[in-house]
Amino acid sequence: MSARDAIFASIRRSLGVTGAEGPRLFEVGSRLEEAPAGVVPRRGQGDVEARVETFKAEADRVQASVSEVESLADAPAEVARFLRDNNCPASVRMGADEQLEAMPWSATPLQILRGASDGYDANAVSMAFAGIAETGTLALVSGAGNPTTLNFLPDNHIVVLRKDDVVADYESVFARLRTAYGKGGAPRTLNLISGPSRSAAIEQTLLLGAHGPRRLHIVIAG
Amino acid sequence: MSEVATTPKFKSNVHDALTDARLQGALVHARNFTFRRVAAAERLPEFEALRDSARAIKDHTLLHLDLYLEAYERKVRESGGHVHYTQDAEEARTIIVDLCRSLGAKTVTKGKSMISEEIGLNQALEAAGIDAVETDLGEYIIQLRGETPSHIIAPAIHVTKQDIEQDFRRAHRDLPPNRDLSEPEQLLAEARGILRAKFLSADVGITGANFLVAETGASVIVTNEGNGDLTQILPRAHIVVASLEKVVPTMEDTAQLLRVLARSATGQDASVYTTFSTGPRRPDDPDGPSEYHVVLLDNGRSSMLGGEFENMLRCIRCGACMNHCPVYQAVGGHAYGWVYPGPMGAVLTPSLIGVAEGGQLPNASTFCGRCEAVCPVRIPLPNMMRHWREREFERRLSPTPLRYGLGFWAFFARRPTLYRLATNLAARVLHRAGRRKGRFSSAPFASGWTQYRDLAAPERTTFQSQWRAKSGATK
Repeated sequence: MSARDAIFASIRRSLGVTGAEGPRLFEVGSRLEEAPAGVVPRRGQGDVEARVETFKAEADRVQASVSEVESLADAPAEVARFLRDNNCPASVRMGADEQLEAMPWSATPLQILRGASDGYDANAVSMAFAGIAETGTLALVSGAGNPTTLNFLPDNHIVVLRKDDVVADYESVFARLRTAYGKGGAPRTLNLISGPSRSAAIEQTLLLGAHGPRRLHIVIAG
Repeated sequence: MSEVATTPKFKSNVHDALTDARLQGALVHARNFTFRRVAAAERLPEFEALRDSARAIKDHTLLHLDLYLEAYERKVRESGGHVHYTQDAEEARTIIVDLCRSLGAKTVTKGKSMISEEIGLNQALEAAGIDAVETDLGEYIIQLRGETPSHIIAPAIHVTKQDIEQDFRRAHRDLPPNRDLSEPEQLLAEARGILRAKFLSADVGITGANFLVAETGASVIVTNEGNGDLTQILPRAHIVVASLEKVVPTMEDTAQLLRVLARSATGQDASVYTTFSTGPRRPDDPDGPSEYHVVLLDNGRSSMLGGEFENMLRCIRCGACMNHCPVYQAVGGHAYGWVYPGPMGAVLTPSLIGVAEGGQLPNASTFCGRCEAVCPVRIPLPNMMRHWREREFERRLSPTPLRYGLGFWAFFARRPTLYRLATNLAARVLHRAGRRKGRFSSAPFASGWTQYRDLAAPERTTFQSQWRAKSGATK
């Protein structure tokens, strides 16, 4: 008997089932199909203005910085300002995201590097799939548009988030994922990011910039 | 299990821990968790309802575990990943070592995983000539020290910054010997530099999983440092090692559990990085692993289903029970002698390594009930410890003095008049003997107690007679 068979036999013996019972199959099938939401906190709910306000307050609590600009076209200037104000090198790496590519980067003094990170980049810019008001969390999905390495390797991670993509809760992100990838489908990597990297491993002292970015800056574009 | 348990020596472990001044100093930091948890819970009005929801999700999943595992496995295969089932630690180690060999791996980076500790994976990789590097800062520190984690989410909580400075000076010999390492910031910066190079050169990344999502086939990890992500996206292959009961039905169910996990663990509303990984890199992906494997471990869990310790399988490894345990706070995690310390360890360890080896742990409880009160999935930990005590007694595994002592007590307890007489007499005698200080700093047959703290002298009369006098007076 294979290990797999032995394990399933042991589970079914303990539960007193065969695995072929109709009601159990129905129960599991419908739960996977319907994906009931459970208890969803009220904190993130509200219209788009309220969601953005909650998002900003929650992101601030987890040491992310946030600024707002009028439109996506204003994002490059804000990225340049942030890097200048923090004395960071004037170069950023980014993926082939269509919205990022449509922005006027040439109007800034920034050097633009394309593709995944090799671990030696100072700064990266990503486009968020969504922002979650409830906890000030960014949702980023992998792919050529936004390589996952950009979320972790550079010292400074700057994320552009469309105002309309600020949703109330995690469940709203899952609904959007099902629209984008189909039911039961998923991006290879979904990163939910709340603030910059940190560690409290040394005597419970909280320090920012453990293995991932030391700074997380979010640019919300109207 | 390859990790040799010192659990049978629990009593002497405890003695060592209580007399270790350095450890006692370090353990003070563990108490911060309790305040943060309360603050996080109070900020979320739905917290108690979420605990009920989390518990119901786990119960539902365990009741249908075979079917959710099948659904999960199907989705992993559809996304191009591989699932390997293993019955025990030996099988799991063998498969992982074979996978690493077939990938030609020389260096493996590792995210924090208690299952990896449970199966003794690092020793197996080292024995196969593969360099295994722990990347969670706490795990990295204890790996340098040749130790095991003393806490399931804060593995180096027993270590002081002075210890870490010495460890780094010993291990990082290429760096200038006169560098300043007196502050936590400097220690972190040094570890970041050393481990960044390891991340970039590793051939295989091994992580655990907080959840496995049946709906999509995703493995979910939760970290604050980002080390788990660098472990799983940079190398050629990502191997997930997880126990069977980590499976949950849907993404929505995962969100319910995530909402109680971080709050119960560190008092954060959300951990910094929650990552869902589904299969290997796709055709247009510029990064990510080319191979994705999941090693599922049973190691006795399937036999716990349907039995009196089934509820333990709800555990989501937040560590709240140990953070709130007066016994854990006094002795730390290493005294428990195996992988899982604190109340959850006291219940799980006898299930996994046997009551003969682990049976002493359930005795290390004051039954204060704080562990159950804070458990995000409401596991009745004290009750289960009581079950283990009964089993230990039934199997005649408890020490002889205890068995005689209990027999002696039971003789009186079954004879109420005699019991009252004897306890009244004892109370009066002990009260008189201890009347000057109100406590005893030594007592015959009770040195196990008085060695570490005084024994309070009883009041003149017993609780029962005071109760009778009081209720008589109010009638």
